[in-house]
Amino acid sequence: MIPAINIQQVHKSFGALHALNGVDLTIEQGEFFGLLGPNGAGKSTLINILAGLLRPTNGNISVMGYDVVDQYRQARQLLGVVPQELVFDPFFNVREMLRFQAGYFGRGRENDAWVDEVIEALGLTDKAHTNMRRLSGGMKRRALIAQALAHKPPVIVLDEPTAGVDVELRQTMWEFIKRLNREGHTIILTTHYLEEAEILCTRVGMMKQGKIVALDSTSNLLKRLPSKSLRVTLGQVELPTSLKSILKSQDNDAYIFLLSDIAQVEWILGELRSANIPVVDMQLLEADLEDVFVDLVGR
Amino acid sequence: MQADNTQLFKFRGPWTLFKKEIIRFWRVSFQTVAAPVMTALLYLLVFSHVLDKRVEVYPGVSYTAFLIPGLIMMSLLQNAFANSSSSLIQAKVMGNIIFVLLTPLTYLELFVAFLAASIIRGLVVGLGIYLVAIIFIDLPLAHPIFILAFAILGSALLGAFGIIAGIWADKFDQMAAFQNFIIMPLSFLSGVFYSIHSLPSFWQTVSHLNPFFYMIDGFRYGFFGVGDISPWISLSVIIASFLALSGLTLAMLKSGYKLRG
Repeated sequence: MIPAINIQQVHKSFGALHALNGVDLTIEQGEFFGLLGPNGAGKSTLINILAGLLRPTNGNISVMGYDVVDQYRQARQLLGVVPQELVFDPFFNVREMLRFQAGYFGRGRENDAWVDEVIEALGLTDKAHTNMRRLSGGMKRRALIAQALAHKPPVIVLDEPTAGVDVELRQTMWEFIKRLNREGHTIILTTHYLEEAEILCTRVGMMKQGKIVALDSTSNLLKRLPSKSLRVTLGQVELPTSLKSILKSQDNDAYIFLLSDIAQVEWILGELRSANIPVVDMQLLEADLEDVFVDLVGR
Repeated sequence: MQADNTQLFKFRGPWTLFKKEIIRFWRVSFQTVAAPVMTALLYLLVFSHVLDKRVEVYPGVSYTAFLIPGLIMMSLLQNAFANSSSSLIQAKVMGNIIFVLLTPLTYLELFVAFLAASIIRGLVVGLGIYLVAIIFIDLPLAHPIFILAFAILGSALLGAFGIIAGIWADKFDQMAAFQNFIIMPLSFLSGVFYSIHSLPSFWQTVSHLNPFFYMIDGFRYGFFGVGDISPWISLSVIIASFLALSGLTLAMLKSGYKLRG
């Protein structure tokens, strides 16, 4: 099957700054893919090249087999991009904007039922005839997502879609996006909320300094850090010296110890007993995507 | 879908952009249509009151009648320029230009949509001034085809110039510089208020370098059947200027200059 996105040796320079240094990445059709990385890693540059807003210095990107430069017309037809910035056109209301956006992609009245579905699914029904200028930030974000979906693209790119968005919208939005993914749409997500990526994405690429530094299924990435942690609530105490060497972090009365082996739990509890420190609460923690992210990207 | 590769123009996409541009200016028609009509009528009122009995530019044509086609054309040109340029600069500054850039619209489709909307705005403003003016003044229509041709070509030329300005300018003050230092001087020094035959020969020569002169003179010829030069020369100059500016505009859009990094 033709990949949804195929990125080959993409470089992008802005003068002396090398934003992308030879990115290779293939995203298959139907994937829910997470593109993660710290600010300045090159995620947005890569997405902007994919969307045709920037041109690569070198290399190629194709969408469903169509080159984004030479066959931009077909490539963009297949792509829906939710931009990171909260932009809007102050002259029009939500429904008008969606109709215009679908029209630019060659969709006419026959597309109205889909536009209505998007409006309803994103909780915009009450605001469909409200001018974009009068919408709250969260509603503007919903409208921006709806605009990217107006022409029902098979490949959807969400660049930080939940930045500054309340919990309710996040849930509404993810339910709808998950549904689209189940129906076969390919989803590419960049987010700073690593929990979201861990829950939603089946595969994750991590970028650092314009390169992909990790690319694997989310479960495999989590297995990279097999270590678990023990979170113990102790109260205000002086920790025994022997335990300080494996202390990962402390949050008020809660101490998190990094375990190299599960049997270490018994030893930690023994040390606490010997020092006459009572345990108030205790939890065993699995490594999460944030740990993997810090381990790979924070180095 | 492969056949789309070489297809530079499809109808529905640019038609949507054209409709959006028309609705955009019509929603603020007090500013985009009523205001320029009012300004032109004020010019007409003041200049005709002061000069009507003292100046006769063409035999048998009152100064007020002489002035009307010039004012119509000047407003038409300024508004055609304002439509494409303001739409683009606003979209760039607000960031919503991205909604158009993300679409499969080709450079030719973008050009045609913005240009057609500019022509409509120019014609609407011109027609507005004409309809109000003929309530007070009897205006002949010697060659309606010339009137229409100059009106459409003039709007198109300035619409294309507006696209260039809108792409080039990054800030509103750069756009204001375009308006105040290029469009306004060219339109005021083009023979709107006088025949260039009344000027010293040096300034007559300078006037011939101003494309606005040809648009206004040719347009006026359409009403009275007389002009400072042959309407065919004017038409040729305008068509050549339009083709040159369109070529430049299309090259800018195709290269993604200041739009795609």
